[in-house]
Amino acid sequence: MSHPTSTPRSFQAIILALQTYWAEQGCAVLQPYDMEVGAGTFHPATTLRSLGTQPWAAAYVQPSRRPTDGRYGENPNRLQHYYQYQVLIKPSPPNLQDLYLGSLQAIGIDMELHDIRFVEDDWESPTLGAWGLGWEVWCDGMEVSQFTYFQQVGGHDCVPVSGELTYGLERLAMYVLGVDHVMDMPFNDPDAPIPLTYGDIFKQTEEEYARWNFDTANTDVLLRQFEEAESHCKAILDQPHEDPKTGKRIVMAHPAYDQCIKASHMFNLLDARGVISVTERQAYIGRVRALAKMCADAFVQTRAGGFTEDAA
Amino acid sequence: MPDLLIELFSEEIPARMQRRAAEDLKKLVTNGLVEAGLTYAAAGAFSTPRRLTLTLEGMLAESPAVTEERKGPKADAPEKAIEGFLRGAGLTRDQLEERDTPKGKILFAQIHKPGRPAAEIVAEVLEQTIRTFPWPKSMRWGAGALKWVRPLHAILCLISSEEGADIVPLDIDGITSGNTTFGHRFLAPEAITVTGFEDYAAKLKRAFVVLNPEERAETILNDATNMAFAAGLEVVEDAGLLAEVAGLVEWPVALMGTIADDFLELPPEVLQTSMREHQKFFSVRNPKSGRIEKFITVANRTTADDGATILAGNEKVLSARLADAKFFWENDLRTATSAEGMATWVANLANVTFHNKLGTQAELIERMAILARELAPMVEADADEAEQAAKLAKADLSSEMVYEFPELQGLMGSYYAKSAGHSDAVAAAAKEHYAPLGPSDDVPTAPVSVAVALAEKIDKLTGFWAIDEKPTGSKDPFALRRAALGVIRILVENGIQVAILTPFWRSLSQYPESMLESALEDQADRDEAIADYLGMDVNDVFDRRIKKEDAAETLTVRASLADQKLSELLDAGPRALIGTNLLTFLHDRLKTYLKDQGIRHDIIDACIAMDGNDDLTLLVKRARALSETLATDDGENLIQGFKRANNILTQAEEADGVEYSYGADVKYAETDEERALFKALDEAEAKITPAMEQQDFTTAMTAMATLRSPIDAFFDAVQVNSDNQTVRRNRLNLLSRIRGICTSVADLTRIEG
Repeated sequence: MSHPTSTPRSFQAIILALQTYWAEQGCAVLQPYDMEVGAGTFHPATTLRSLGTQPWAAAYVQPSRRPTDGRYGENPNRLQHYYQYQVLIKPSPPNLQDLYLGSLQAIGIDMELHDIRFVEDDWESPTLGAWGLGWEVWCDGMEVSQFTYFQQVGGHDCVPVSGELTYGLERLAMYVLGVDHVMDMPFNDPDAPIPLTYGDIFKQTEEEYARWNFDTANTDVLLRQFEEAESHCKAILDQPHEDPKTGKRIVMAHPAYDQCIKASHMFNLLDARGVISVTERQAYIGRVRALAKMCADAFVQTRAGGFTEDAA
Repeated sequence: MPDLLIELFSEEIPARMQRRAAEDLKKLVTNGLVEAGLTYAAAGAFSTPRRLTLTLEGMLAESPAVTEERKGPKADAPEKAIEGFLRGAGLTRDQLEERDTPKGKILFAQIHKPGRPAAEIVAEVLEQTIRTFPWPKSMRWGAGALKWVRPLHAILCLISSEEGADIVPLDIDGITSGNTTFGHRFLAPEAITVTGFEDYAAKLKRAFVVLNPEERAETILNDATNMAFAAGLEVVEDAGLLAEVAGLVEWPVALMGTIADDFLELPPEVLQTSMREHQKFFSVRNPKSGRIEKFITVANRTTADDGATILAGNEKVLSARLADAKFFWENDLRTATSAEGMATWVANLANVTFHNKLGTQAELIERMAILARELAPMVEADADEAEQAAKLAKADLSSEMVYEFPELQGLMGSYYAKSAGHSDAVAAAAKEHYAPLGPSDDVPTAPVSVAVALAEKIDKLTGFWAIDEKPTGSKDPFALRRAALGVIRILVENGIQVAILTPFWRSLSQYPESMLESALEDQADRDEAIADYLGMDVNDVFDRRIKKEDAAETLTVRASLADQKLSELLDAGPRALIGTNLLTFLHDRLKTYLKDQGIRHDIIDACIAMDGNDDLTLLVKRARALSETLATDDGENLIQGFKRANNILTQAEEADGVEYSYGADVKYAETDEERALFKALDEAEAKITPAMEQQDFTTAMTAMATLRSPIDAFFDAVQVNSDNQTVRRNRLNLLSRIRGICTSVADLTRIEG
């Protein structure tokens, strides 16, 4: 194992270092999922692939949206759109902690000078019907990652168990690069002919989305889209497993899950618009969770989810 | 004799679970060993973030051989039964002994169990322990099925003696035991081979692991104290944080950092909470100003730059945290001091549910305000001030600071109320109205705070009673027992005398009648509530209700007090009944509260049986006086005198079917002893009546105690059952007068012994 010893100088250099590192560890380096999600966990490469018995190892960047966290680009580290780096390995290898520490080294954190700690933090996603045990990883008192051993996803026990690593990229990069405000962070190399900061790229969109998320998004439309996604998801899963056209067994877990993701995002937007009361909140989360469970049920009926004709 | 060393090496164990886990390891292993006959001289258990360790000294090398006698079937039992017995005992027929017993000839087996080597027993017990370990939460990992708190990596299990150290062979789902462990994750990650506990502890220390959590905590505290002292400052004590931090590090290194000037004006509680909750920092205070000026963080390692990088990082994180806190503080102050003020927050609480059946926080506040106003005159508070304080007490739940730090609720409200120009009493009530939170927490004493604190708790109790969400068994999700104890302590410790049923009923009247009705819809629940309150059997209440419903039985005879109460309750509406039921709950809590102060339950029952038992302070006064008196000779005299009079009286009343309660007249007295008793009663009463008015129960009971000798003299000289009915009735009425006097403080019939 060789790690770059030079300290990265930009946001993208850190992402590239992580990509290279996890590729070296044998992960399939995937691309972001092409839908709006609240966190890297929602990518089907994590949610669905953590189910069933098939081995899996994937790493990817996932742009994530949390409408309520928008601060018009003014808060030094709160954004409604940010990046997560996600690693999922199934079964979790015995040296996952060491592999993880290697990744910190790979992005220029000197293990001899910093204080790295694994502090209890149990993870639970009520919307995904998922939970796991693990830690938040601290570097000099700052949380730099979530480290979780998945126990249950979509109401299914995870057998074998997946190990999940989630890095909040902006926060981690700001720390490594010594930047105090996210918008000041160099996105590409500061010595590039056209140096761009995070703010050059995202300050304007943070403003635009903050205004839209908080005040402008049409709640009737969002509500309708939530309902549509919900019924669509159910309708997809109601289809018989055998495709009448091809005669093949095709369980449409992924298309249904797309609708689940959509419903979840609509809920987040409605939440940011402040139109969901405390009591309703639980009901909405419950509806999304019901979809996630149905999708998980469907996925384990697919090949990738471990289904074999013999077993049927 | 050999020693045993066990270490279970895993990924990081949550700090809050470590100590308990070390104790559980000790308990489970030693119990298992002792049960198998393997005794030991001493045991020690330790924990670090990555390991649980158990050491036993002076363990037996093997379990002693034992002979066990087993009783079998009768000698003439069917062949099958005897065969079965032989199989179980592992013996043949000729090895059994026949013995004559009163039940005939019975077969007995002597089963000899040879001793077993310690290693064998240890392996079994340890495997069992690991597989059934009582972690609060455990998990699987990889492709395995084993459960542990986090992945378990290695098992060290060693029996050592003068001859050397032997690994106890063990394989649990692929984890094989050995004689190696590992040092500090970063400072000395290499494997270490050990030969016994002393060697193990010493080598670990060289490998930057302090095994004993107490030692780590001590190091942290000493270093932190010295560092603060050198800077003319002091560490704010926090035992909980110290224990937690000691569970986060194997090699503690305390570092003192600076809080940027921008943040020093934040309330000290905000600084402290933010640092403790988010960063696990200790606060460092300037003893002169009381201000928090620095912090201490505990790293898990030494570094070449003496922690400079680590400290700089921690300072940076803290600055970001405190920038948030400052932002919230300033925003909140702006709101609190605006034209609308804290009312803006209260209005927001209309969107926050308190409980789906009990409405929003805003509705709760509205109810509290009405109740606080009602309570104000009873606790000597100004009604307007109490109402205003109740309206503002929970406003801070909408503030940004409390959203971020829920544990600062009340305290922030107090700061904001002050900044908004409200009176000190109103501001204090915001902070104090949640109190007391625990049995040792101080109760509020300022009248306005008392009114609001009582209103908060009474509303909570009546509300959950009204929706029939009472605590059951160990389940008390809304902390209603704590609320009830709070009401008791506020009243009793402040010496406030209030008939608590009145505010209960007032509070219950704020809920719709239909809600109350459905809370006690079931007739059986109603009967039970009545039975609980009157200390009766629920079947008796049922019988009485049926009779009453039949209307066949009309109350012609003068009913006893308890009977009257029962009759009233059977007719009572839901509001009265729920209030009474709640009072029973308070009485139960009061029993626990007084029992902790050494007052017997029968004494409390005797006082609860008195009229006006919804004045808890009065009730406690009675109970304390009675408890103190019973510990003296006067008490003994009182009880004996009373019992003698009461027994005769009760027997006569049962035989005659009437209650003797008319005045006795001295003119029918025949003997000197009788006349002396009349005189003694008059004299005692002259002392008792004013004492009772003063609620000076001790004096009253002392006077009652003087009746014993005239009572004894009376019984020695006088036959109550005279042939002359007038004389007999007069004597019984005289005894009734004694009963009346003696039961004016407490119902002495309930005193045991």
